[in-house]
Amino acid sequence: MTISFNINGQPTSLEVDGDTPLLWVVRDMLDLKGTKFGCGKAACGACTLHVDGKAVRSCSYAVKYADGKNITTIEGLSNGDQLHPVQQAWMEEIVPQCGYCQPGFMMATAALLSEIPNPTDEDIDNNIVNVCRCATYYRMRKAIHRAAGLQSKNAKNQPS
Amino acid sequence: MKKAHRAYLAFSLLLALLVFGFSTPRPHPPEPKLPEKSKSTAAELTPEQAFDLMMEVLTHKRCVNCHPADDYPRQGEDSHIHNFGVQRGPDNHGVAALQCQTCHQSENNNHAGVPGAPEWSLAPRKMAWQGLTRVEIARSMLNPENNGGRTLEETVHHLTEHELVLWAWEPGVDANGTPREKPPVPKAEYIKAVKTWAAGGAPIPEE
Repeated sequence: MTISFNINGQPTSLEVDGDTPLLWVVRDMLDLKGTKFGCGKAACGACTLHVDGKAVRSCSYAVKYADGKNITTIEGLSNGDQLHPVQQAWMEEIVPQCGYCQPGFMMATAALLSEIPNPTDEDIDNNIVNVCRCATYYRMRKAIHRAAGLQSKNAKNQPS
Repeated sequence: MKKAHRAYLAFSLLLALLVFGFSTPRPHPPEPKLPEKSKSTAAELTPEQAFDLMMEVLTHKRCVNCHPADDYPRQGEDSHIHNFGVQRGPDNHGVAALQCQTCHQSENNNHAGVPGAPEWSLAPRKMAWQGLTRVEIARSMLNPENNGGRTLEETVHHLTEHELVLWAWEPGVDANGTPREKPPVPKAEYIKAVKTWAAGGAPIPEE
């Protein structure tokens, strides 16, 4: 079937089996390798990306559901050369160890900050349930708070 | 030469046994046995018998897992708290950035073992069934303060036509590829039982 969507701002149309996981369309057909395969069962969150601004586990999301929607992957999170506050904070807090799961965490965090701009530790615990086998959770928590601060600062600096 | 040929044949047989022996499809668990009382057709049941049959379904884990008495969905045949402490959230669809639809879509994903149906969500807190008796569930179900203001007719419609309710008979497979257990009453029998019960005045037996 033909599936059309915007991905990272680019209109895209594909001939694909509608039950193909969006993850494999993104990685293998569109060559965007930032989104990772982890468990394949929507459990670990390594494959998290955004569909219409909401976090989705793309390994278990059939591409047919993406028709007509806006998809954002880690490659499209920044605004051109300007890093997203989450990316900036991740660098400043030197969060990753092996790094494999981090794109999923960053996309989940970006979705969280768009809903809750200043999350508490409890908000973080409730919303960010991805799995990191390097156990970088402590640094991620600091980075999420830092990203919230950067986002707030950016918003204040924007011309009204 | 003959000896070598026999050895080759034996090796081929062993190889075939290894390949096909291990690739045998996983046997599905047996279908749950139908309770004795449901073997008669629902159309022949009294409203009281229909109540019993309906409750065989409504107290089954495929229903109760999403009618918890707290803010955590249950999952699995053992009704354990949903992995990763997934929560109800303010509108029964999950919390801000971890919605049910982060993982659950409008149909089952049998590749990943993630179940799905339209409007996948928890039942509202007022419709908690976990820990209630059959009589308590029925009373709650008919109470407009708990059931979202539904009339009996609307409640019957919900029980017999809502896709999320009927998902219980198409529950797909779990993360290990094992089919989920279905309610112990066939769907058609259940639907007839609900309608027979309602048509008979929706009697609720004494505790």
